[in-house]
Amino acid sequence: MALVEENLNETILKKLDRKEKYTLFGLTLPYLLLIFFLIIIPVGWLFYMSFIGRDGSLSLDNYMRMWKSKAYMRIFITTFKISFLTTLICALLGYPLTYFMSQLSNRWANICMIGVLIPFWTSLLVRTYAWLVLLQRKGLINNLGMDLGIISEPIKFVHNTSGTLIGMAHIMLPFLILPLYANMRAIDKDCLKAAANLGASPTRAFWTVFFPLSIPGLLAGLLIVFVICLGFYVTPAVLGGGKVIMAAMKISANIELYFSWGAASALGVVLLTVTMIILYIASKLVSIDQVGAGK
Amino acid sequence: MQSDALNISINDITKKYDDFFALKDVSLEIKSGEFLTLLGPSGSGKTTLLMVLAGFTRPDYGSVKFGEEEVVLKPPHLRDIGMVFQNYALFPHMNVEQNIGYPQKLRGKSKSEIKESVSEALSIVKLDGLGHRGVSELSGGQKQRVALARAIVFKPQILLMDEPLSALDKKLREEMQIELRQLHDSLTMTTVYVTHDQKEALTMSDRIAVINDGELKQLGSPNEIYTNPSNAFIADFIGESSLLPTKVIDNKAYLGQSELLVNKSLTRDGEFLLVIRPEKLFIAGGKEKDSNIFSGVIEESIFQGESQLVVIKLDPDNFGDQLLRMRLPNGTSVGPNVPKVGEEISVGLRMTDSFLVE
Repeated sequence: MALVEENLNETILKKLDRKEKYTLFGLTLPYLLLIFFLIIIPVGWLFYMSFIGRDGSLSLDNYMRMWKSKAYMRIFITTFKISFLTTLICALLGYPLTYFMSQLSNRWANICMIGVLIPFWTSLLVRTYAWLVLLQRKGLINNLGMDLGIISEPIKFVHNTSGTLIGMAHIMLPFLILPLYANMRAIDKDCLKAAANLGASPTRAFWTVFFPLSIPGLLAGLLIVFVICLGFYVTPAVLGGGKVIMAAMKISANIELYFSWGAASALGVVLLTVTMIILYIASKLVSIDQVGAGK
Repeated sequence: MQSDALNISINDITKKYDDFFALKDVSLEIKSGEFLTLLGPSGSGKTTLLMVLAGFTRPDYGSVKFGEEEVVLKPPHLRDIGMVFQNYALFPHMNVEQNIGYPQKLRGKSKSEIKESVSEALSIVKLDGLGHRGVSELSGGQKQRVALARAIVFKPQILLMDEPLSALDKKLREEMQIELRQLHDSLTMTTVYVTHDQKEALTMSDRIAVINDGELKQLGSPNEIYTNPSNAFIADFIGESSLLPTKVIDNKAYLGQSELLVNKSLTRDGEFLLVIRPEKLFIAGGKEKDSNIFSGVIEESIFQGESQLVVIKLDPDNFGDQLLRMRLPNGTSVGPNVPKVGEEISVGLRMTDSFLVE
């Protein structure tokens, strides 16, 4: 007791500080373990596997084959093309919709948001097959068009690039809308009033004030959509009908058909590297917190 | 000098939200070059009226004229008036210079003209050399000045301000009040200023329009409003006052049992309130001529810096159960013989300072 009084509680206060730190660290521990066992170790193993050749020895075979083969090149081009187009479609559909939602009163905005979220919460597989039902040769849309006499023969919507794009854009749209909406909602409405007061017509105010202020949210949305698209599997597999081969499908084929873990791993590593590079460049353009929090 | 600033005529402006009248038949003439303050508590409709002037709120009924021109149907961006927003509403993606140059750019001014007018505006608000700062690097007071510069850079004839000083601390606010008033005097503008701070309104305005419940309650110079409030709400809202219930019987006013001398002859019987400004009370020696004398016991005596606040519980037999606030300036009248709690005291109020409101 006398000691504590002597140094004016210094020791005990320090102890409390330390305890607080340990408690906080303790709270993050489960997550750190999860990351270690479910991400670091598997990715490390993947990395290692990608350098194992067919004969089981260490080699660059898997990467060399990818570099030389035209098929692999085509897969990469397809992957980027589909991802890019999906992102573009999402932006063109999502931006006006989100803008509209951001201008509504809270109540109506929430109702619209439910409309965005319900499909988002529905199983990916269910939505993909739903598009198949709608778009296939004897699907709802073709039947309706033929019955009404708008089209004379079924349009080929699915089992090609357009089907893949329709399905993927639908599934990806909420990923663009959510961060963009949070961003747009946070834009000070008085800024737009100020612009109008200073002489800007509504169009002018939009392009000089609203749009520039929404760019961080838009970039965040575009980034999320593009990166998720790069590794997409289910929708292109179902709606592409085997004609649209993306990287993730090739990885799956390598393992399931050819048992070639090395080739699959190499492809995975390349995809991961490309994604990391894109994220790095994006983080230079837009603060990375915005990707998550939207603000 | 201020002949070319526009006057504003507001006629019967009415705005209803469902069953709630935000503005009810408000008519107001704002003179050319005048500094007029719309004063009222929050929710009184003062901001709604300002928004009607700016064009952001469409009234249900009524007319607004700038000079001879009817503007009620004109969209905000064609009204050509400056406005300072409560939270400044600076554009976060532009620096100080771009913010201030924005209205000039919209008006198709050349680069050199914009540059010149921006630096002129910056020097008017005393921010020379800060043009390249980002908006987020500015202090509250500096943001306020940028917002002001942006609102006056295109030399509007009408300037609207929506509680522009409410986010600043007291000292800065008081400095800015005087600066804003000087700025108004040096530029040719009609200024409409919204505030809920009565002291600010008294400090800055040529005239004050007191607004409550969507209605214009009183319009007059700060002195008129302070010394001659037209009703109890204004007497209570503007300045400090004690309001004591008073009965008028046979044209004579009574506070409790005691008859009162008041500044106007009474023509109507009924219930009124006697308005007592705390600084008008004085310590009475004995009977004072032409004054009301109140006696009571000191309940509180609080040192408040520039003055001593004394709360007096009036003698219940003569005046009823009442509390009276008195302010003694912290000079000769305070000092060693500071009024102490529990002491009996007699205070006087001159007949000319004694007035009744409904």
